[in-house]
Amino acid sequence: MTPSDEPELEHEAAELVRPYVITNGRELPDDSDLSLITLVTVHQNPPRTKPLDPEKLRVMELCSGGFLSVAEIAGHTRLPVGVAKILVSDLTEEGHLCTRAPIPSAQLVDRQILEEVLNGLQARFG
Amino acid sequence: MGSRLALDDGVYLRNSVQTAAKILVVGHFAVGKTTFIGTMSEIPPLRTEEVMTQAGAGIDDLKGVPGKTTTTVAMDFGRLTLSEKLVLYLFGTPGQQRFVQVWEDMTRGALGALVLVDPERLADSFPVMDLVEQYGIPYAIGVNRFDGTPAHSVEEIREALDLLPETPVVTCDVRDQRSSADSLIVLVRYLQSRLN
Repeated sequence: MTPSDEPELEHEAAELVRPYVITNGRELPDDSDLSLITLVTVHQNPPRTKPLDPEKLRVMELCSGGFLSVAEIAGHTRLPVGVAKILVSDLTEEGHLCTRAPIPSAQLVDRQILEEVLNGLQARFG
Repeated sequence: MGSRLALDDGVYLRNSVQTAAKILVVGHFAVGKTTFIGTMSEIPPLRTEEVMTQAGAGIDDLKGVPGKTTTTVAMDFGRLTLSEKLVLYLFGTPGQQRFVQVWEDMTRGALGALVLVDPERLADSFPVMDLVEQYGIPYAIGVNRFDGTPAHSVEEIREALDLLPETPVVTCDVRDQRSSADSLIVLVRYLQSRLN
């Protein structure tokens, strides 16, 4: 057991004001359905636009290799989740990225998914 | 695209994956959440941070106010591709009451939670169990076996944690993949039983 590897070591982080500059001070739209596990990749036919901001370009480069979840995009880019969500939301709206939305939570606890999870765990580790 | 941030193939999901599911691994500080996720994940566990601002404080308030501080909360997570179509994410979630913002995000769409407890520090688990129950997340208890700790009986733990009779309690060694997988299987079977 290595307590030092536990994640919730909170710290005062005045320097993290900067990420909000990346998003121009905006927040995620209220109607956004992006979640931590929304799967994202680059759009097959991206629009021609003016050059992207460096942070958006980083997200695009990362996503060019295949599907990743929003949480993984935040993890690999080291952007706070809230900032990564805003960038992904923007890039999706602009047609650069496309998402595979997670199934709505109402249907999530559904027999089929639990069965698939159970079967998968048993096949791999049983 | 010049310098590439795109990573090795193993980092990405298979193109066939259609569905992402989420299970939370919760528990008090140093109970073994990160180890559990590292044991189970097919990718090196990733860490994300969420910036917590004071309640009611707008984002704009942070601009140009050098003295103002915010707190970051880190979460570790891992990934398990379970079939051609399905990927499961495991999120390690801090259990402190003041992180409710993070909890709202984390719990949305979660199948359920595995609550890791240390048999020698059962009382430390009360706040996180309050949160799990408050958010209505079905859960199983995973008793992490620490080296050299005397074994408590499942009945003693059940009584100390004031569990419902149907709540599963499973002992696990978070360093061991088979043992950790078994605790997830117990949780998923319990989630299935609740649908019947």
